[in-house]
Amino acid sequence: MPETPRPVLDTVDVAAADPTREQPWADLGLKADEYARIREILGRRPTSSELAMYSVMWSEHCSYKSSKVHLKQFSEIPQETPVGKMLAGIGENAGVIDIGQGYAVTFKVESHNHPSYVEPYQGAATGVGGIVRDILAMGARPVAVMDPLRFGPLDADDTHRVLPGIVAGVGGYGNCLGLPNIGGEVVFDATYAGNPLVNALSIGVLRHEDLHLAKASGVGNQVILYGARTGGDGIGGVSILASETFESTGPAKRPSVQVGDPFMEKLLIECTLELFQARVVAGIQDLGGAGLSCATSELASAGDGGMRCSLDRVPLRDSTLSPEEILMSESQERMMAVVEPGDVEAFMAICEKWDVEAVAIGEVTDTGRLEIDWHGERVVDVPPRSVAHDGPTYNRPFARPEWQDALQADGAEKLARPTTGDELRATLLQLIASPNLCDKSWVTDQYDRYVQGNTVLAQPSDSGMIRVDDATNLGVAVSTDCNGRFAKLDPYFGAQLALVESYRNVSTGGATPMAISDCLNFGSPEDPDVMWQFAEACRGLKDACLELGIPVTGGNVSLYNQTGETAILPTPVVAVLGVIEDVTRRTPTGFVAEGERIFQLGSTREELSGSEWAHVVHDHLGGRPPVVDLAAEKALGALLVEAVGVVTSAHDLSDGGLAIALAESALRNGIGAAVAVQGDAFVNLYAESAARAIVTVPEASADALVALAEKHGVPVTPIGRTGGSTLSVEGPNPEARFEVPVDEIRTAWAATLPAALG
Amino acid sequence: MKVGVVTFPGSLDDVDARRAVRLGGNEAVALWHRDHDLQGVDAVVLPGGFSYGDYLRCGAISRFSPVMTEVVAAAGKGLPVLGICNGFQILCESHLLPGALIRNDHRKFVCRDQRLRIENNRTPWTSSYAEGAEVTVVLKNGEGSYVADAETLDRLEGEGRVVARYLDGNPNGSLRDIAGITNEAGNVVGLMPHPEHAVEDLCGPGTEGLGFFTGLVERAFA
Repeated sequence: MPETPRPVLDTVDVAAADPTREQPWADLGLKADEYARIREILGRRPTSSELAMYSVMWSEHCSYKSSKVHLKQFSEIPQETPVGKMLAGIGENAGVIDIGQGYAVTFKVESHNHPSYVEPYQGAATGVGGIVRDILAMGARPVAVMDPLRFGPLDADDTHRVLPGIVAGVGGYGNCLGLPNIGGEVVFDATYAGNPLVNALSIGVLRHEDLHLAKASGVGNQVILYGARTGGDGIGGVSILASETFESTGPAKRPSVQVGDPFMEKLLIECTLELFQARVVAGIQDLGGAGLSCATSELASAGDGGMRCSLDRVPLRDSTLSPEEILMSESQERMMAVVEPGDVEAFMAICEKWDVEAVAIGEVTDTGRLEIDWHGERVVDVPPRSVAHDGPTYNRPFARPEWQDALQADGAEKLARPTTGDELRATLLQLIASPNLCDKSWVTDQYDRYVQGNTVLAQPSDSGMIRVDDATNLGVAVSTDCNGRFAKLDPYFGAQLALVESYRNVSTGGATPMAISDCLNFGSPEDPDVMWQFAEACRGLKDACLELGIPVTGGNVSLYNQTGETAILPTPVVAVLGVIEDVTRRTPTGFVAEGERIFQLGSTREELSGSEWAHVVHDHLGGRPPVVDLAAEKALGALLVEAVGVVTSAHDLSDGGLAIALAESALRNGIGAAVAVQGDAFVNLYAESAARAIVTVPEASADALVALAEKHGVPVTPIGRTGGSTLSVEGPNPEARFEVPVDEIRTAWAATLPAALG
Repeated sequence: MKVGVVTFPGSLDDVDARRAVRLGGNEAVALWHRDHDLQGVDAVVLPGGFSYGDYLRCGAISRFSPVMTEVVAAAGKGLPVLGICNGFQILCESHLLPGALIRNDHRKFVCRDQRLRIENNRTPWTSSYAEGAEVTVVLKNGEGSYVADAETLDRLEGEGRVVARYLDGNPNGSLRDIAGITNEAGNVVGLMPHPEHAVEDLCGPGTEGLGFFTGLVERAFA
């Protein structure tokens, strides 16, 4: 077969000599003014390699160009947790917080939504791989993962295409890394059809002295690329996949999705941790979105300002790749380290031990330029900061949508309600079997939750909890939450509700909330309605963090999540990380013994809009979300932490309200309960007011609990007693009484996913 | 007793196995796949994981690791060897145990708490248990379905070499509900479930897996 002649290499000299050449900036996702700006920065047209770098680094995914004016306010929150200053904050690969005893924890949640729609298995798998490398790059050993997932309706055909692949991809990659998957979410809503959300969170643990930052300092230090070889996968994935919405008739985009090799990543983890231990790493960066373009420009701009690399030294899987493609490739399982010349030999020996290929491709300079050569000819000569940090910033127009008032006026409180015992009983069974509330073990049983032997709590507990030190029993807990329906009704309060639910879930386990990471999934920023949702959500999170005294340590924004004109529910997923000094004292979720008292903490209001009841029974979304009372959340959290050892179990009240919390608590260990509610039985059972939880205590501890609740100013109501094999509920109205055998609840709860997915 | 735990590239439960060895009252010794050296250990555990990514047949590459040459030779002389999950697969690939482990019949990875019956308590790894003891440990595998020809299965049954059997539902399609087997001499045991994840009340389904790591000591002082 005759070889296609390769185009003449577009070097810096060629670019200077041929200033008017037509360049495919539009195809690469750049706007005309962005291209003009690049020419202005360089004082000439960019070479094709430079154009490739700018196009990926200035994409929405890498540059946060639409979101950063709103994200900026997170840095107004004091960079301190309840126990002290953050060790690294926003802008690093992941935030790092001090948890005491010389330990620090880093955690972050990121999205991999669009790749997972195109190729579910690989998209989800590489989402896990990417976030784990972010954690590793901070100097931490990854210790757990969690995956908040959102899909279209459970009965939709496309859900049956994407869900099994995404779940298998999350499991296939995470299981092979030896990281326990300890929580996350599985949520179904029609707006995610054609745009599933695959968010991935990882947690890492390090000693304070092991903290590593992404910067290339020290002139003459070597730049070493190690890990997998660079191939043609994921070329342009960042700009093409993350910056456009999917149209039903677009060209196939399969080649843009990266392919993961978890075995290589496992070697990379062990190898990198050994490199840290040997103290031969001066700076480090993982290769994720935008690959080498990102790693070289970010390392250089954060360090002494210069770097020179020879691209032809990059080990390739495909020898025909052009320099542009090598710069854009998103091949997985690669890292870049900056190493002092005297440490290179030791560095290489450790890589050899782990069978990890490593090549010095360049060195740190003080020229203030990022210079990249291809077989001795200069193809890139740019100020690195202009690539990594000086991307465009858009002040996108935003405005409260015209339909928002009508939506909020259409409250669920007016919908027909069940009143008799039979109706309330049927509602319970209908809700517990609904896709969002049913048993998720079809999904979570595909994830290894035990590996590493430090999993103290895992799904379906309120939070995942990991032992950090088995001598002192220090541990951390993490939860991720978001109710997108609340965020649609009011994005400011909806984002706060996501935060306080996650905060509560960490507290119920007995851990003190320390910090948040967020993954902000929204529709197109070019739609002022969506941009308003985004702005409101950011403002809500900032205000809540200020009030609760916890910082945002980092996170991720995913925009353009929409199919045609239909945006997803605004979905600001919030992960809260908490610390617990002694994991052996954690509070479990679910009833643990017969004959214990059950108390409700917090007050119930007639808040039904956006609830699971309105969604499942009436397919209704309208009204205002539950009231957010941050002071009450803070008091409840403090009470739950102080009540460790007094209470025997705790469960937060959220989706589905008290009725579902009771059912889930009974299901956990097959222990029933007899409960009596005051006032309107339906409202008490199904309203989704925030700042509430149920706890159990032995009879002898009841007074102590009440005293603690009073001390914290948290309303406390005795509602019943555990025991038996049925859940029975009665109210002031004798007609509202009903009972359901726990086994009958279990049958309904467990059947849904297997029936739908096989 | 010194118990070696081999780390292959892609081993995942090696740290957990070393912890279980220590909790069982033994000294854990880390062994490296590239070494022709068992460091004088009294027993060896091949832990779970995805050695070499298991992209080929599970365990097919690990059996050629330098350390396996030593393990096979020592096993022939009676060294107690326990292969857990991927370790079981490696033992089958090394022909220390008969049969093979193939993809789960439901074709999904499964992680769950699993009840087992200890069918043979005469191996060094199961001697802490009463024969017929029922225990709950962790099961997690994608390719854990034990298969062998009928003649081999009949011989394993006839010679009492089925060490553990699944109860309350077969999780992966293993023939005759087999969860673990031993060799003719009884020193080499392969087990698909993970007893090393059931050694502490805090992190796993109780402590009923600890017996797999206490038998060695009891035997040594018997």
